[in-house]
Amino acid sequence: MTEPSARPVDTCAWIGGYPFRDLPHPEPAVLVRVLEREGFAGAWVGSLPGVFHRDPAASNASLYAGLAPHRDLLHPVPIVRPDWPGWERQLQRAVDEGAPAVRAYPMQWGYAPGHAALNTLARAAGEAGVVLQLPVRFEDLRQRHHLDTAGDLSAAHIRAVARLSESAACLLVSGASRELVEEVHWGLTPEEQQRVWYDWHWIWGPPEDHFAHLVRSIGPERLAWSSWWPLRLTQQAQALVDMLPEELTPTSHRSSFADGAVIMSAAHRAAGRKNAST
Amino acid sequence: MTDAPLGGPEPLIDPHAHFHTPWTNRGDWQRYNQSRLQAGHRMGVRCHVASILGSWGHTSPTYFASPEDQTRANAAMLALAAHHAPHVKAFVAVNPNFRQHALDEIAHGLSRGAVGIKLAAARRTTDFAVLDAMAEAAAAYDVPILQHIWQHRRRDWPNQDASDGAELAALAARHPRTRFLLAHIGGGGDWAHTGPAVADLPNIVMDLSGSGIDRGMMDEVLRWVGPQRLLWAADLTLCTGLTKLRALAHVGLSNDELADIRWRNAERLFPRGTFTAALESDWRAEPPVTLTTPWDGTLGPQGGIRS
Repeated sequence: MTEPSARPVDTCAWIGGYPFRDLPHPEPAVLVRVLEREGFAGAWVGSLPGVFHRDPAASNASLYAGLAPHRDLLHPVPIVRPDWPGWERQLQRAVDEGAPAVRAYPMQWGYAPGHAALNTLARAAGEAGVVLQLPVRFEDLRQRHHLDTAGDLSAAHIRAVARLSESAACLLVSGASRELVEEVHWGLTPEEQQRVWYDWHWIWGPPEDHFAHLVRSIGPERLAWSSWWPLRLTQQAQALVDMLPEELTPTSHRSSFADGAVIMSAAHRAAGRKNAST
Repeated sequence: MTDAPLGGPEPLIDPHAHFHTPWTNRGDWQRYNQSRLQAGHRMGVRCHVASILGSWGHTSPTYFASPEDQTRANAAMLALAAHHAPHVKAFVAVNPNFRQHALDEIAHGLSRGAVGIKLAAARRTTDFAVLDAMAEAAAAYDVPILQHIWQHRRRDWPNQDASDGAELAALAARHPRTRFLLAHIGGGGDWAHTGPAVADLPNIVMDLSGSGIDRGMMDEVLRWVGPQRLLWAADLTLCTGLTKLRALAHVGLSNDELADIRWRNAERLFPRGTFTAALESDWRAEPPVTLTTPWDGTLGPQGGIRS
């Protein structure tokens, strides 16, 4: 088991059921045990049912209540839908609750790349020091329920938000493939690149070695730990690290990758700079 | 080198692996092959049972390989298995639309050490007029068929005539003496459909390979077919293979059942003695696996040799 001081904070977990298949035990208390077993110091946790609701307010309230007994480990990441009346209150509640991030689901809400409401949310989250998290998908495209027609989040969506001028938004993209990461990263200026992180749960290791390629090309600092619980097997992030070529796995590799704590600190610093300059 | 394999100390056999050749569409074919062998070694894979699907799309489609491409690919696969013996074994991959060519390839490959037949997606398994001959050949030679499967295929998908579990079950029911290895439960499509579709066909076992690592998937297939009809495997992603190995430790299996999934079911499925040398080898005594080109002067772009 990893030393506690070296344990990363998982950036991508949910609680609650998924509408298209049964998930075993998606309860917070189970997540706490899994995080301990797999060597995570805590997790950013969202509401899975709320992804598919039109108004996320009720699922956000359930999220805060469900995580309350475990707030030392489980950090709420509510949904903020910026074209829904009162979204500003949801963002303010997130800030008041100490949420490190808010999640947005452009594909489930029918947003095209560059949607004005998402841009507005990105700016507001940036100024509030809250990370804007953009999950790409929940399941492989090839297995989806016939009612699940949203599709994967596109690189164009992400680039549009990352390119916003005068923005302090810090973005975390969850569930990207190598191709998506590269389409975003190499489509941004060096300054814009520094505001975007990606988890590596869906990126392939050997023999394709996409993960090793990204560690070399964009750097471990841009890549974040995640568990993807309760949708995917939590062991994947560690497995990919363990299978890196030896020259990419120094003993301090846990600290060279990003995690929830690192990204949250970056968002706070960006907001501080932004607010100091205005 | 670590003291123990990443996948644990118990033996491990990967019955669903692939390699590339100089005649495929990727310039990094050597890096790819070397990565599979090295990563497999780090995980503790004692033997990769592998196939090469024609030119992987370079000169004919991956799932509709021309006879010439498939002959060359099989020759390369046999050469690679010989070069890396006993840690690599070969499937004979065939396009069953070319019946006599496929049967000739099977006879030739098995006579030179191949241990099974690989059927991809050149024809659905319900096209009995074409597939019966392949199933009969497998029974006659007493080798398994690794059948590419799209879990719960609800429509046509591009570039392949894929079959799903129910379609394989139809073929398996016609050939109870033939052993079928249903490919990559995590390799795309709705895996929840496959378990109940094949549960009643004892001559179908399934492999765990594929990039899919949905929670609940392994529990569900174990519920339907049990640990003696499930084989650990990797296919295109050894990383998800390692994840599944580690997750298997938490699904309530006994050590015996874990051993079945890791290697013993493979021993039962393939011809007797297929893995004896690989399993008797000392994992830690093995040098780091490196790949040399095993095809120098023996194969060329005009086709495979039959020397």
